[in-house]
Amino acid sequence: MTESANQPGPEQATRLSGAQLLIRLLERQGVTRIAGMPGGANLPMYDALVNSPIQHVLVRHEQGGGFIAQGMARANGQAQVCFASSGPGATNLITAVADAQMDSIPLVAITGQVPQQMIGTDAFQETDTFGLMLPITKHNWLVRSPQELLSVIPEAFRIALSGRPGPVSIDIPKDVQSAFLEFEAWPEPGIADPAPRVSLDDVQAMMDRIRQAHKPVLMVGGGVAQANAADALRTFAEQHDLPAVQTFMGLGVIPSDHPLSLGMLGMHGARYTNMVLEECDLLVGLGVRFDDRATGKVSAFCPQADIIHVDIDRSEIGKIKSPVLAIQANVGDVLDAINAQQERTTRPLWRQRVEQLKHAHPLVLEGEDDLFRPYGAIRAVAALVDDSVNVTTDVGQHQMWVAQAYPFRRTRQWVSSGGLGTMGFGVPAAIGMALAQPERKTLCFTGDGSVMMNIQELPTLAEANLDVKIIVLNNGHLGLVRQQQSLFYSENYNAVQFEQTVNFAQAAEAMGVRGVDLARAGNPHEALREALQETGPCVINLPVLETEMVFPMVPPGGANSDMIGG
Amino acid sequence: MTEQGRSVLKLTVNNHPGVMSHVCGLFSRRAYNLEGIMVMPIEGQAGNLSRMWLLLKDEERLDQIVRQTEKLIDVLVVERHTVNDSVFARAETFFAA
Ligand SMILES: Cc1ncc(C[n+]2csc(CCOP(=O)(O)OP(=O)(O)O)c2C)c(N)n1
Repeated sequence: MTESANQPGPEQATRLSGAQLLIRLLERQGVTRIAGMPGGANLPMYDALVNSPIQHVLVRHEQGGGFIAQGMARANGQAQVCFASSGPGATNLITAVADAQMDSIPLVAITGQVPQQMIGTDAFQETDTFGLMLPITKHNWLVRSPQELLSVIPEAFRIALSGRPGPVSIDIPKDVQSAFLEFEAWPEPGIADPAPRVSLDDVQAMMDRIRQAHKPVLMVGGGVAQANAADALRTFAEQHDLPAVQTFMGLGVIPSDHPLSLGMLGMHGARYTNMVLEECDLLVGLGVRFDDRATGKVSAFCPQADIIHVDIDRSEIGKIKSPVLAIQANVGDVLDAINAQQERTTRPLWRQRVEQLKHAHPLVLEGEDDLFRPYGAIRAVAALVDDSVNVTTDVGQHQMWVAQAYPFRRTRQWVSSGGLGTMGFGVPAAIGMALAQPERKTLCFTGDGSVMMNIQELPTLAEANLDVKIIVLNNGHLGLVRQQQSLFYSENYNAVQFEQTVNFAQAAEAMGVRGVDLARAGNPHEALREALQETGPCVINLPVLETEMVFPMVPPGGANSDMIGG
Repeated sequence: MTEQGRSVLKLTVNNHPGVMSHVCGLFSRRAYNLEGIMVMPIEGQAGNLSRMWLLLKDEERLDQIVRQTEKLIDVLVVERHTVNDSVFARAETFFAA
C-alpha cells in the first residue's frame, strides 16, 4: 500500500460522465480488451473508449463479440467484457450469454439502452434487455444513475468470478452514460469472494469412504478446470490409485494418455468407460453437475455406487443424484487438504479389472489412419502440432469426434460449447483464445453447418492476424442431425443436406484469411502440414463423408449401458 | 387455508426494481409452481429491504428450489414457514369466492 493510501488526504473530487466512469472502472478491473459493436445507444461508451488503453475488437456480429469474450475467459479464467448497443445489438448477444450461463463462464455483457425517459415507450431500438438477460445470467442490472456504476461494476465482476463463475449483464441507458457525476473515492475493484472453508471432518469422511471402497472411480468435471486444480487432481488420483472418467467439460484435466484416465463418459464415451461405471461401488464427483449427456438415464447411472459430490455450488448438490456425502467447497481446496496427508493406496485388483474392460471394449477409432475420415483427420492434425496448442470446436459430429479422439493433455486446452451446444461457437471462441494467448496456436474444428453461423468473424480474425487454424470437416450436411435421423427416424432424411455447398477456401480468401482446400491438393498431407505449421490465420477445407457416424452412442433418454455401435 | 401439501417461504430481499422479476423468474423457469406472492417494504428499514412471502406446493424439489432461491443475489434471507404461521393464513378472507 502506498503512503497516500494509508493517510488519504482530502481527495479531489473527480468529475466524469457515466460512460467515462464505466471505462475507468473497467480499466481498474484489469480489463485490457473488449469485443463489441457500437450503435446509437452505446455511443457515449465508444466515445469514452477512445482515450483508454483498453483495446477494442470490432466484431461483425454481436454474437461473435460475446463468443470472443468467452474464448478469452475460457482461456485464462478471468472475467471478460463484451459491448453491444440496445435492441438488436443486445438480442444478438443473447445466445453467447446463455451459453456462458450453461458452461459457467465469467462474462460481463454491457449493453446500451434507450434513455430512461423513453423506456417503456417502444422507442427506436428499445427492447427489455433486463428481462431478456434475467433468466440467462447469474445476476443482471438496469443502471439508473452514474452513481450506481460505482457499485454495480465491481459487484458485477465479483459475482461473475465468485463461487461457480457465470455471466452477468449490465444495461446502461444512454442518459446515464452522458450524465456527469462528481465523486470522492474510487471503489475497490471487484474480486472473487473467498471460497468456503473446507472442513477437515468432511475431508476425513470422504477419505474413509474412499478407503472402504473396492471399486472407486473419480468423475472429473469443469469445476476442476475452473479451480485450476489439475495438478492436485493428478496427485490425488495417483496417490490413491483412482481411475478417473472425465465429463465433456473436464477433458484435458487429466492427460488423455495418463494410465488412470478412462476418457470421457456418457453419450459418446467409450464402451469400457461406461462399463467401469456400471461396476464401480463409489463414484466421487468433482466439480460436476451430472448433466444428462454424461449420466444417460439417471436411475440407471452407476447402479452399484454410492456417490460423493464435491462442488462449489450448493444448489448442484442433490439436484440430480443424492450423494452419501456432499462437500460444498472449491474442489482444489479439498484436494489440497487430502494431498497434504500424503497417504498412499494401491488397488491392484480394481485396476486389473479396469484394464481388462479397457482391452475388451476399447474406444474404436475407425479409419484413424485415413486423412479423409473423421478420426484420421483429427489424429493427423494432432500429430502435426504439440501440446501447446489450444483447441475449440463447433457443435455436431465433428465436436464429438474431437472430444473422443483428440489427445488433450492440459487444462483449458479444450474449449467447446457443452451445455448449450451452440453452433457458431468455434470460430469466435478460437479468436478469443488466441487473443488471450497469442503465443499459442489455436485450432478450431468445425463443420460446414456450424462454421456458417459465425463465418462473418473471419475478417475480424484477419485484422488481428492471429495464429488460428480453422479445420472444416466438410460433409455437406448437418451431420449430427443426419445421424439421428439415420438411427432413430428410419433414415427419413429431411433438412439435413445443403444443396448449395460453399467453397470455404475461397470464402476465407475473400475475407482476408488464407484458404486451403485439401480436396484439391496434390499432396494433402503436405498441404495440411504446411497450413498448420506456418503462423497466421488459415481455413482448411477437409472433405469427409456424410455417412460417417459418431460411435458408440447412447440413444437420447437411454441408459449408458445400452450403447449402440463402436 | 389448508396446510396440506403446501409450504411457505419468507424472504428478506433488497428493495429495488427487478427483485420481483428475479424471484418470480426463478420459479417459472424451473417450472416450480408459485401459488401466492405477497410483498411489502419492511418497516423501519428506510425502504431498503422488502419482505416477500411465497406460497408453494410441496414438491420433492422443494429443497432444490430453496437452494436456488438462496443463490439469488438480492435475496438476503430465506426462512421456511407453515401456512398457518404465515401472512397467507390471515389474508384468506380476501380471497374468498
Ligand atoms: C444454433 C444451433 N442450431 C441448431 C442446432 C442443432 N444441431 C446440432 S448439431 C447440428 C448439425 C451441425 O452440422 P455441422 O456443423 O456441419 O457439423 P457435423 O455434425 O456435420 O459435424 C445441428 C443443426 C444447434 N446445436 N445449434
